[in-house]
Amino acid sequence: MNIIEQLRQKPWTAEQVRIDDAHGGRAYVLPTAKLGLRILLTAITVLLSLFVVAYSDRMVVSDWRPLPEPWLLWLNTLVLIGSSVAMQRGLIAVRQGRIERFKASLLVAGGSAVVFLLGQLWVWRQLVELGYFAASNPANAFFYLLTALHGLHLLGGLVAWTRLVARLTHGDTRRLRMGMELCTIYWHFLLVVWLIFFALLLYS
Amino acid sequence: MAEVGAEIERIGPAEVEDVELYHAKSWITKYVFSQDAKVIAIQYSATAIAIGMVALVLSWLMRLQLGFPESFDFIEAQDYYQFITMHGMIMVVYLLTALFLGGFGNYLIPLMVGARDMVFPYVNMLSYWIYLLAVLVLVASFFVPGGPTGAGWTLYPPQAILTGTPGAGAGIVLMLVSLALFIIGFTMGGLNYVTTVLQARTRGMTLMRMPLTVWGIFTATVLALLAFPALFVGAVMMTLDSVLGTSFFMPTIVSQGELLKHDGGSPILFQHLFWFFGHPEVYIVALPAFGIVSDLISVHARRHIFGYRMMVWAIVIIGALSFVVWAHHMYVSGMNPYFGFFFATTTLIIAVPTAIKVYNWTLTLWRANINFTLPMLFALAFIVTFVNGGITGLFLGNVVVDVPLSDTMFVVAHFHMVMGVAPILVIFGAIYHWYPLMTGRMLNEAMGQFHFWVTFLGAYMIFLPIHYLGFLGVPRRYFEMGTTSFIPESAHTLNEFITVVALIVGVAQLVFFYNVVWSMIKGKKAGHNPWKATTLEWQTEEVPPGHGNFGRELPVVYRWAYDYGVPGAEDDFVPQNHPPKRAPARAAE
Ligand code: HEM
Ligand SMILES: [Cu+2]
Repeated sequence: MNIIEQLRQKPWTAEQVRIDDAHGGRAYVLPTAKLGLRILLTAITVLLSLFVVAYSDRMVVSDWRPLPEPWLLWLNTLVLIGSSVAMQRGLIAVRQGRIERFKASLLVAGGSAVVFLLGQLWVWRQLVELGYFAASNPANAFFYLLTALHGLHLLGGLVAWTRLVARLTHGDTRRLRMGMELCTIYWHFLLVVWLIFFALLLYS
Repeated sequence: MAEVGAEIERIGPAEVEDVELYHAKSWITKYVFSQDAKVIAIQYSATAIAIGMVALVLSWLMRLQLGFPESFDFIEAQDYYQFITMHGMIMVVYLLTALFLGGFGNYLIPLMVGARDMVFPYVNMLSYWIYLLAVLVLVASFFVPGGPTGAGWTLYPPQAILTGTPGAGAGIVLMLVSLALFIIGFTMGGLNYVTTVLQARTRGMTLMRMPLTVWGIFTATVLALLAFPALFVGAVMMTLDSVLGTSFFMPTIVSQGELLKHDGGSPILFQHLFWFFGHPEVYIVALPAFGIVSDLISVHARRHIFGYRMMVWAIVIIGALSFVVWAHHMYVSGMNPYFGFFFATTTLIIAVPTAIKVYNWTLTLWRANINFTLPMLFALAFIVTFVNGGITGLFLGNVVVDVPLSDTMFVVAHFHMVMGVAPILVIFGAIYHWYPLMTGRMLNEAMGQFHFWVTFLGAYMIFLPIHYLGFLGVPRRYFEMGTTSFIPESAHTLNEFITVVALIVGVAQLVFFYNVVWSMIKGKKAGHNPWKATTLEWQTEEVPPGHGNFGRELPVVYRWAYDYGVPGAEDDFVPQNHPPKRAPARAAE
């Protein structure tokens, strides 16, 4: 749907009336749930970008003391990438109707997301033990803030994931596939978000 | 013609997709945890109005203090700050935003676009319950030690979380948590409003055939989805500053003789975040009001809206521009003059589409067959008030004028006109207009007339003099003026007058509430479509519309929403769902 084109329509002309009368009423051919997810992701993007803006604004002040990047963060990143890959494989499988393979991939994807979250908590613990408290430097504060935000969004994703898993035994394939499509989009989105956050943390 | 054929192909099959309708199984799921947008709308409205009453009572207390300083022992300076803050925040966010989007949005969108319900009913239900939770958290802050926050509705740090400010401990944290909850709840609802408008319209209801009410609510929701995140960011970071002692917004600062641990944070950053939300917020409230008023005057003046396309464009353009004017609230924050120049310019530009809307309303009314019904009276009152507040806005948008007027009562008068009184008038107009649909009965006319005139004239008696106080230099957010030399005795008399009127206007609202309850039982039966409106919400099988909104079949739309005063038509109007051939005659009912 091209919004400019829409806004230029002249609904009173006879030709346009013919077109309009035949209009099915939807703006996008996309399934409604997918459109809803896209709109949600737009809002989340705005939210996270504003945090990034705040981060960049603060980073340049001289009292910024970047914290060490624990090697565990790299491992976590790999796990999260693995989670996304598993999602994608599951999606391909469900599209091809290979249900067993789909189920296995879905479980792997969710499991590795949980592992990622535990890993992030572990990083927090390490840092706190080393004395990097949230209040002691803005760099620390932002680190905890961004990781927490990302983690919470992933947790939200896991709620959706759990609902999908609960449907595995009795849900019909069409609905399973839809759920999988949505979960996969969300997973990839959060992976990109994490990569951006991670780059930002490394960069400072 | 071949081209037209191709176009139809591209649009896809002309069938109305059947949505899976949710069916309530018990009384609880029908009326309490309901997923029906109409029930959710009423829940939203009732909650918003209830908490709005708190804000109204707070305004009386403030007015009592301003009119009769030193007469009330129970109002201390710090109470006054708390009243101001809670009054402002409740009015703007918890009342107006919730009522326009959660209330009218939920009720009208599905009905007006010809859908059976919102597209994600479960999420829609959650939206209301999270909103309710947000309200309860807000109310809880009245009862914690230290009371609610007194930081001003703008919640500027550093003062918002310093011990000198009332409610700096628990009060401010609860406020921030409540806002964050509100935003989460709103996002769930907003997702529904936008997606429903885009995907669930009935056959023939193209975007450019939608009533302007839907356009207004739709655009406002888009704005809200993009603007509220900024407030969320601000709220989260300030909560951390307050609870964990981080320094996102807190600079190095000495408070009450003590050097605090905070350092290096940026209070200005908060101001940017706040107003990046705060200015669009004005339009989140104004755009639905614009839309509703357009429809009210069109129905009650039996005239198609003048320049429909232009009206839609104006709504969209105003929405887009509202994201590039926010710093006009920060002229006195020490910004770069070029910045100020930029924001002053964008602010003046936004007046152009706004003025277009006002002209088009006027032209719609020009030589029209105006019925002075209650909704029409409120719509006219809105136009006048909005112009009034808009013009003072042009003054304040200019840096040189704003600097001396900033933080005076002039600002208070300006924003009460433009986003206090004006939207409230629309809400009343809309309630008088749609009450017959929601209950099947008309509101009592005599009580309505009384309510209208007292509210309308009263609002002017309250807020016009406040402009003048602003010129005198009376600062805003002052508990009392004491014996300040530049404030003449007459200003005190004026303040007493304003307070008396404010109390009278407040009491007059009780008449309205009485009317709402009384008419539900005793009101005149409205029947189908008492205002002879064209839009789909009036074409339902049952009044009030039942579960699933429309009967067995969804209506099919053949025309725009403004076929009023049609020559030759039997009833001077043609509903949107009447097919062209049968146009002059009414379909069998
Ligand atoms: C019933 C009529 C109303 C009366 C009598 C009233 C009165 C007041 C008063 C006396 C103040 C404090 C002025 C000061 O000392 O700075 C105030 C502030 C405010 N009011 Fe109202 N008000 C009314 C309705 C509304 C409505 C409908 C809105 C919705 C937008 C609203 C929004 C605000 C805001 C945002 C503030 C500023 C709070 C602050 O400075 O932090 N008011 N009002
Ligand atoms: Cu503004």
